[in-house]
Amino acid sequence: MDTAKIEEVAFNILKQAVIYLPDDVRQALKKAYAEETETGKIQLKAILDNIELAEKSQAPVCQDTGTIIFYVKAGDKAKNLGKVEEALIKATKKATAEVPLRPNAVNPFTGKNSGDNTGRNIPFVNWEITSGSDIEMTVMTKGGGSENVCMGGMLVPGEGIRGLKKFVVDTVIKAGAQPCPPTILGIAIGGGADISMKLAKKTLLKPLTEHNPDPEIAALEKEIYEAANMTGIGPMGLGGKTTVLGVHVDFAFRHPASFPAAVAFNCWASRRASALIKADDTVEYLTRKLKG
Amino acid sequence: MAVYKLKTPISEADIRKLKVNDVLYVTGTIVTARDQAHRRALEYFKEGKPLPLSLEGLAVFHCGPVMSKQGDKWIAVAAGPTTSTRMDIFEDEFIKNFKVRVVIGKGGMGKRTTDAMAKYGAVYGAFTGGAAILAAKAIKNVRTVEWYDLGMPEAMWVFEAEEFGPLTVAIDSHGNNLFTDVQKTVEENKQRIYQKLGLSP
Repeated sequence: MDTAKIEEVAFNILKQAVIYLPDDVRQALKKAYAEETETGKIQLKAILDNIELAEKSQAPVCQDTGTIIFYVKAGDKAKNLGKVEEALIKATKKATAEVPLRPNAVNPFTGKNSGDNTGRNIPFVNWEITSGSDIEMTVMTKGGGSENVCMGGMLVPGEGIRGLKKFVVDTVIKAGAQPCPPTILGIAIGGGADISMKLAKKTLLKPLTEHNPDPEIAALEKEIYEAANMTGIGPMGLGGKTTVLGVHVDFAFRHPASFPAAVAFNCWASRRASALIKADDTVEYLTRKLKG
Repeated sequence: MAVYKLKTPISEADIRKLKVNDVLYVTGTIVTARDQAHRRALEYFKEGKPLPLSLEGLAVFHCGPVMSKQGDKWIAVAAGPTTSTRMDIFEDEFIKNFKVRVVIGKGGMGKRTTDAMAKYGAVYGAFTGGAAILAAKAIKNVRTVEWYDLGMPEAMWVFEAEEFGPLTVAIDSHGNNLFTDVQKTVEENKQRIYQKLGLSP
């Protein structure tokens, strides 16, 4: 497929992601609003009003337009795969100037901001090879406040899932108001220190309406969801019933001696968008239809 | 919970009426200040230099806005709050010296600030994190920018706002701090959660 097409689609999903929140997130926020306390309602009303205003004025929903991360599912017969990363970098620079996005890529050694959201390893691209000739691209723009409380831990294998539950509850409580609750939790165990965090973050891409197909894991998701909402942290940490909007759990098999666990947070402004580019360059926007 | 709509300059008597959980809307002058502007303002005070404008009775906003210049006029594009705890090391002196009545931010502030608010008469208004467009919408005019050499996010932007809010009064001028209260509740709830999940503390 044409690299100009890849760049165009990447730009479009990036723009969509920062302006429009996915429907499942909006619905969850509306549902939370209906059930909240007086103080919580004020916060959620401001969030819902802000979402509408952003859409009307075609402006990013939050001033922190995040770190840009792409997930690419590439068919093994898709053409120009070697040029995809270059196209994604170009799309990121263009979106930064035109949407606009806040420049959020800083050299950790010099403290210098590149000004265009690109730099070594940024935007980060996660690759997955599938069979076929299509390319599916997803972008996540990940806010800094919620990133700062993500937590990885090497738990004690003997404590099993109970150890995981405690780790998650303690992490949510420690995070408190910082990640701009209500948040979405991505949790993963196994694999290794890096693998669990990667899986945890990736599960944040799942719609809130989707639960783990394994009924036992789905039950764990529900149990953690209920526990997190019992904390009373509430919207923006001002107290209330809604601390998390949803919980996703994933896993990899683990080493017998290790129990890696990771908790990734997304703020209420959970921004993602996907598109499918077919071999004939036709495009299907999967999160939200593209308006003329 | 009561709803207050106050106009700057706000008097100490008016600010003393507010209690935690009340909702406040501010009309009038709101001045942004993050770490750098706080530090410079306190340095000016120490050296006996006047600030570019008097902050008495005004609202200070922890915010690094995205601004756009159209012709010779600045416009606030996105102006959500930043995390306030970073300003905890400056805010007591800031309140004492400049007599600001409202501090706007997100995430809450600590004991030093809470004590200063009780002593000198000020409140902390929590604005919803991420609600950047809602905030920008209430900013009707950008009067001026001071200390632009600090960069766009750190400069001191002087906004004229209309019913800027809703701000949840999270620290009042009577020593109450909603964030500290919530933390206590959460700590109590933690034990209930452990029990429910069958965990030992």
